[in-house]
Amino acid sequence: MADINKLKDLSTQTRRDILRMVHGCKSGHPGGSLGCADFLTALYFEVMHHNPKFEMNGVGEDVFFLSNGHISPLFYSTLARSGYFPIDELKSFRKLNTRLQGHPTTAEHLPGVRIASGSLGQGISVAVGTALAKRINKDDHLVYALMGDGEIEEGQNWEAFMFAAHHKVDNLIVTIDSNGQQIDGSTKDVAGIGNADIEAKLKAFGWETLQMNGHDFQDIIDTMAKAKSMTGKGKPIFIIMKTEMGFPIDFMVGSHKWHGVSPNDAELEKALAQLPSTIGDY
Amino acid sequence: MKTYEVQNVKDTRSGFGAGLHELGKMNDKVVALCADLIGSLKMDAFQKDFPESFFQVGIAEANMIGVAAGLTIGGKIPFTGTFANFSTGRVYDQIRQSVAYSNKNVKICASHAGLTLGEDGATHQILEDIGLMKMLPNMVVINPCDYNQTKAATIAIANYVGPVYLRFGRPAVANFTDANAPFEIGKALLLSEGTDVSIFATGHLVWKAIEAGHILAEKGISAEIINIHTIKPLDEKAVMDSVRKTRCVVTAEEHQMNGGLGDSICQLLARNLPTPVEMVAVNDSFGESGTPDELMKKYHLDTPDVVDAVLKVLKRK
Repeated sequence: MADINKLKDLSTQTRRDILRMVHGCKSGHPGGSLGCADFLTALYFEVMHHNPKFEMNGVGEDVFFLSNGHISPLFYSTLARSGYFPIDELKSFRKLNTRLQGHPTTAEHLPGVRIASGSLGQGISVAVGTALAKRINKDDHLVYALMGDGEIEEGQNWEAFMFAAHHKVDNLIVTIDSNGQQIDGSTKDVAGIGNADIEAKLKAFGWETLQMNGHDFQDIIDTMAKAKSMTGKGKPIFIIMKTEMGFPIDFMVGSHKWHGVSPNDAELEKALAQLPSTIGDY
Repeated sequence: MKTYEVQNVKDTRSGFGAGLHELGKMNDKVVALCADLIGSLKMDAFQKDFPESFFQVGIAEANMIGVAAGLTIGGKIPFTGTFANFSTGRVYDQIRQSVAYSNKNVKICASHAGLTLGEDGATHQILEDIGLMKMLPNMVVINPCDYNQTKAATIAIANYVGPVYLRFGRPAVANFTDANAPFEIGKALLLSEGTDVSIFATGHLVWKAIEAGHILAEKGISAEIINIHTIKPLDEKAVMDSVRKTRCVVTAEEHQMNGGLGDSICQLLARNLPTPVEMVAVNDSFGESGTPDELMKKYHLDTPDVVDAVLKVLKRK
């Protein structure tokens, strides 16, 4: 039985990390990072079987890929607080000589990162490839991936969707952060694609689809359990996760303006006041 | 001038297909992906005998590169196959981020490179691929000269850990290298010793350089002919040793001057031993439809063009 309160404490702390990290280097992407904090916390602390003694090939464990690499503050905080590398290293985010590059990379050998991401639309293909490797290796662990709903505009995703269904890649669970926002505005305004459109399109491409509330731990855990139960049945699985960009900071929530802007000193103070420390800052 | 016996006339892509099939028998980590060009890439035998290790990707090259990168995570050694144009320019950012920057053990195998693709014309005749690939950190760039060498190179790159771009072609060309010669990445091959000029050639131009060497010998010119099958990392020692002796250079390749083998050699010489160089290469133009032979003549990549380049550079010595 999942300890929801513990997960809430973890994601609150991760959100503090995110805000302090982007404030510390005066750059980075807080909006999507805050919005996906509950999901990634649940994934790393409840859903996945993974080994913080990192091994690149990930044989015999579940593997996660972050396709929307700009939410690196969340990824790094989650990895550090899962034991992949020292929590104190979070303060080096985006600074010269850091392993915590602006977007995730394998070039700095940061434990927990298996592929560079940031140039959008590439992560699902990679996740599909690793899922095929697991199939060939007769490794019954799963591959998870997270992507953005702006990112779905990249054509390569649709190539990957087509391929995964055709090749019956059924050990793969992709979640999309459906916050409806991208840099230039809402996903509806920019490219005419919304929540319902995505689900219909993925179904048409031959994927199983599920919906969940990305800010409700119980729903995340229940949906992920359901998704797991649907693996191994000939179809890849796609979860449309409704979130709010910037959640739960009152002056950030729901606005694309906080996609890639760091808070100033006063804004940081105001934001942190809404997220009292739980297990301690880095 | 050393004489080489032509064992037969074969396409280098068939050397790739044969090498890949050998790999299937000897290395169960090797997997192959193809973007709807199995016959053109000669991947049929591998597909038939190792169906569990073969993935038809369809006309979706970007996804093919990403899936290949993902397959390395799990210990596979993926070989991707499509035309050189669709192996490089079309998927540059996928290679850059998911393969080169991520330093994944992907082998990008590219057929129909250069003008000798022939009648399909300039949309398919990439002449920029060596440049595109050699600019990427971590990427090894190999352009073998004949069937035997392409087969050996295909087998060799499976044992090298890291991204590799392997370039080969469509037309049947002289197959003259030793079928049992091991392929050593980054090791230039001295084909014929000489004292007057160094000819550094790659790919299909290697045989033309040998033909040119015989013509030059009849004129009393002693050409040193070196096969640069690996453009990156360049065998700098082999180049420098030869140029210290001959003091003038001709480079020959089925590629743009910008970004090709000649460009790499000029950089090396400019930094270390400024030397007159003439380049046999395409000079800032696209190709066009025609037979391979017609195109190599029209774009000045033929044996007489190598001879002319030597005569020109000798005057600049």
